[in-house]
Amino acid sequence: MLTLKLKRIMKIGVFAASFGVASTSIVMSSSAQLDSFETVDIAPRAFAYRMAGDFSQAGRPVDAPLVSVARTSVLHIMKQQVTAAEYDRCVVEAKCMPRPSSESSGPNLPVVQTSWEDATAYASWLSRKTGERWRLPTDEEWVFAAGSRFHDDALLVAASRDPSVRWLARYEKESEQEALDQRPRPTGAFGTNEYGLLDLSGNIWEWTNTCFIRQSLDAVGKPAAASIANCGVRVVEGEHRTFVTDFIRDARGGGCAVGKPPSNLGFRLVREE
Amino acid sequence: MTKKLWAYLAAIVIAASAVVPVQAEADLKLPRERVTLVAPPFVHAHEQVAKSGPKIIEFKMMVVEKPIVIDEVGTTIPGFSYNGSIPGPLMVVHEGDYVEVNLVNPATNTMTHTIDFHAATGALGGAALMMVNPGEQAMLRWKATRAGVFLYHCAPGGSMTPLHVISGMSGAVMVLPREGLRDKSGKLLHYDRIYYIGENDFYVPRGDDGKFQSFTDASDYFPKTLELVRKLIPTHVVFEGKVGALTGKNALLAKVGETVLIVHSQANRDSRPHLIGGHGDYVWETGKFHNPPEKDLETWFIRGGSAGAALYTFRQPGIYVYLNHMLVEAVELGALAHFKVEGQWNDDLMKQVSPPGPIPPDGIPQAKAN
Repeated sequence: MLTLKLKRIMKIGVFAASFGVASTSIVMSSSAQLDSFETVDIAPRAFAYRMAGDFSQAGRPVDAPLVSVARTSVLHIMKQQVTAAEYDRCVVEAKCMPRPSSESSGPNLPVVQTSWEDATAYASWLSRKTGERWRLPTDEEWVFAAGSRFHDDALLVAASRDPSVRWLARYEKESEQEALDQRPRPTGAFGTNEYGLLDLSGNIWEWTNTCFIRQSLDAVGKPAAASIANCGVRVVEGEHRTFVTDFIRDARGGGCAVGKPPSNLGFRLVREE
Repeated sequence: MTKKLWAYLAAIVIAASAVVPVQAEADLKLPRERVTLVAPPFVHAHEQVAKSGPKIIEFKMMVVEKPIVIDEVGTTIPGFSYNGSIPGPLMVVHEGDYVEVNLVNPATNTMTHTIDFHAATGALGGAALMMVNPGEQAMLRWKATRAGVFLYHCAPGGSMTPLHVISGMSGAVMVLPREGLRDKSGKLLHYDRIYYIGENDFYVPRGDDGKFQSFTDASDYFPKTLELVRKLIPTHVVFEGKVGALTGKNALLAKVGETVLIVHSQANRDSRPHLIGGHGDYVWETGKFHNPPEKDLETWFIRGGSAGAALYTFRQPGIYVYLNHMLVEAVELGALAHFKVEGQWNDDLMKQVSPPGPIPPDGIPQAKAN
């Protein structure tokens, strides 16, 4: 097992070196019960960030502003999504809620049907077990780590008094996306991004810690007033960005009659220094 | 149905096949028109007001036995259908026309099929005269004496009747009044587009893992689905044979100002069509056109075993959801379609006075200026 892991790391090392931006490290836990959690260390850089939330100009919905963000610290983020087997260890210790039984899973399948609350409980448990500080990434951190795997869902249509314009544009855009097979696939099935992270924007969407906000913008796109945050709804990232109520484990039903829901809800964590 | 009656019906079939030549006899001196059917939700071209006298309208339908995928996770059942579509194609004629149907059951099929037209009179809607084994065909002519939308479905007898229907074998006939659709006062009602939505219920067994099993062989599927059928709780309720068949790239299209006729059939269960954000301007809830249409409906009722029709003029652009307003069946089981409507927004009909935002200290939202 260890040899296998090392081989994987060697490969990633070479990959990362060729980009010169990422390196990997393994965190061995003190508990023999726990697997090692492989993180990818992503070096600071400036990047364009499409803010997350509902934005409006003069009362009309518009695309979220694209802002330049300059990160100054290394981000340590899990190379892969937390697996069902890993999550179940927390369940065994009664610190995490059991997964719905209808979702079968193998040892190498990412955990799905998790809520933001489940993910947060898991992060707390893992932090206690390892003595490290694990948490969900912010949306900005997720986009930073996702790199080319981030899907910008800006509609790029002019602001209009006609509410159907953006509505129809979004519907068109979502209709263009191919219907993915929703069944979870083994870790690695959706490939690696330029920083060595696995399975970003596959068929499992990932929770972030970022609260849903409403923000009105002035004529030049700067915040016109304080934003209103609703932390009962968190930003979820994947093939498209979406906003999900924190206790929802399966968003496929959607709750809305129109609008594409995420296929599966899973997560990966970041480790604070 | 008793065995005795079946033996009697079989005797009729045998007797009929002995005297009726394969080609329909030319005993009616009426013009003929051959119609090529198209797969729903679309409908073959037709006149709304008949421009001439009665005709014999010829249709050919093939029975297709082919596995079908009924949801987004790939659940497969051994589908049976008329012409390869679920529902079967909508056949449009006028009152007084003769419908001449050639039903073909290719030799590659495995089962006996037939067709019961609710619009036809006699012989179990024709089903008793159209029982075709694999490798056979039969032709039936019936007179369209009643105007309306009517179901047709397979009815080979016994449990095979519901089993064939829950495998996809139902469709509809639309018999238009020769003078076209009329409102209560006799004013002509014209439609710019017509869509035919067939609602189906499926009953798919789950495996030990709680997931739907897939089947390609009816001999394996039928005994297992029958257990569920008898409990009357469907696992899927869908339009056009599949969850999501009429959404996204396959959403139904219309423009602001256009009038759409929506024909809706359900062979088994009751349904409650509703157009979210719109209405039924004129609705023939029971589907029969010599009854005056009801006006301004919010939700209408399709009795299991029937078809109904609703006429609506779109007044506002956007996405409309057309669904079975038993919302669990729509959202959880699949009975939901989308209309994508383009055109100019009408502020008079609706305007967002104050977008979602913070609750002001005095509790009164400020109306935004234009």
